[in-house]
Amino acid sequence: MRDRITRFFSSRWGIIVTGAIIGIIAPLLQLLGNPKNMGICVACFERDIVGSLGLHRNAATQYLRPEIMGMVLGATIAALIFREFRARSGSAPLVRFILGMVAMIGALVFLGCPWRALLRLAGGDLNAILGIAGLVVGVGIGVAFLKSGYSLGRSNRTSPAAGWVMPVLMVVLLLLAVFRVSFVKDGALFFSASGPGSMAAPLLISLAAGLIIGFLAQRSRFCTMGALRDVILMKDTHLLSGVGALLVVAFVMNLLLGQFKLGFAAQPVAHSNHLWNFLGMVLAGLAFALAGGCPGRQLFLAGEGDGDAGVFVLGMLAGAAVSHNFGLAATPDSVTEGVLKVGGISTWGMVAVFVGLAVCVVIGLTMRERTAK
Amino acid sequence: MAVTVDARGLSCPQPVILARKAIDVGKFPIEVLVDSVTSRENVRRIAEKAGLEVDVQPTDDGFKLILTRA
Repeated sequence: MRDRITRFFSSRWGIIVTGAIIGIIAPLLQLLGNPKNMGICVACFERDIVGSLGLHRNAATQYLRPEIMGMVLGATIAALIFREFRARSGSAPLVRFILGMVAMIGALVFLGCPWRALLRLAGGDLNAILGIAGLVVGVGIGVAFLKSGYSLGRSNRTSPAAGWVMPVLMVVLLLLAVFRVSFVKDGALFFSASGPGSMAAPLLISLAAGLIIGFLAQRSRFCTMGALRDVILMKDTHLLSGVGALLVVAFVMNLLLGQFKLGFAAQPVAHSNHLWNFLGMVLAGLAFALAGGCPGRQLFLAGEGDGDAGVFVLGMLAGAAVSHNFGLAATPDSVTEGVLKVGGISTWGMVAVFVGLAVCVVIGLTMRERTAK
Repeated sequence: MAVTVDARGLSCPQPVILARKAIDVGKFPIEVLVDSVTSRENVRRIAEKAGLEVDVQPTDDGFKLILTRA
């Protein structure tokens, strides 16, 4: 039975079903309260968690998003049931931390992870096309490094306790989300009173959605970056069919739910600065490719005991703090009294993208596997 | 004498890249050592796509895939 389920999820239908279910769940989460075109966004939701913990102080983006905890723990449950939970780590963790940081900086210049790029497009936000184009270019550069022998090296088996760090951390965050502890007066935890951080589906629904997605994605290895990489690297469209299913199903769902609005200007939590939508995602795509997975995939790997993926996730959290504390994240388009103000990024945001790209290129050129003697 | 590809501990997509390189060289049988079900399924998929026969054996620390020409 277990074997048959495993074969199903590694088949094309398995990945299509996973993508389709995410495509159903995300627009529903939006309907139930999550921000627009942000039913699920790994980068945005991690950023909100960082805000709630007080590690950045952007008052509009502070909430302990239960989807993230659910995604990790759903993967843990799936990995345990199918006996795939393996504690492992030791493949260039510090480099992965840095990749996580720059990936988050890039994603927050675009305002979304690859999942949200798909959901934004499915909601009619044409700026997402620039983001996805950037993602393709970034992943393409990553593939060139992979072809030239880039490798972060091998991981090793380690004690089970090491594999449990991220799942336990998620349980702690979940407890904080449930009990909303106030540690100090006017201090953490923070919960946004307005802005996207204040918009959320009910906690149990968010958690359940995360658990379902985590479970399915752990089984099917759903990965948006991997989808592009496999097509560019070896013309393998397996993972891409899952991404395609997500996009098509989310598009239909948005039409049915009246959540579809076509255009570039003043899209929800988005800016229409084409160049930086593109470049932000070039940076994120390259960093994801070098780290071997999109932010979602890194959560699922962390859930099944991969400490290196866990370090990448922590890097993304640090990147979110840096992005907001240093004003690198983009400002969305806004309409005040009928006048459109195009958002975009600060000069420091631009500098950060180029520094991030330089960091990735250095990592891509220098990390090579040492052959064992 | 089988060609051995040791892809244990490597993360996606490197096991697949290494297996593909060996397949392109064309010396069979090829033994691919992997340590995760993900890598096992990925290598199995590209080998089957290349028209090869795949035999999977569990090992102490993962799996051994033996790729032969059908």
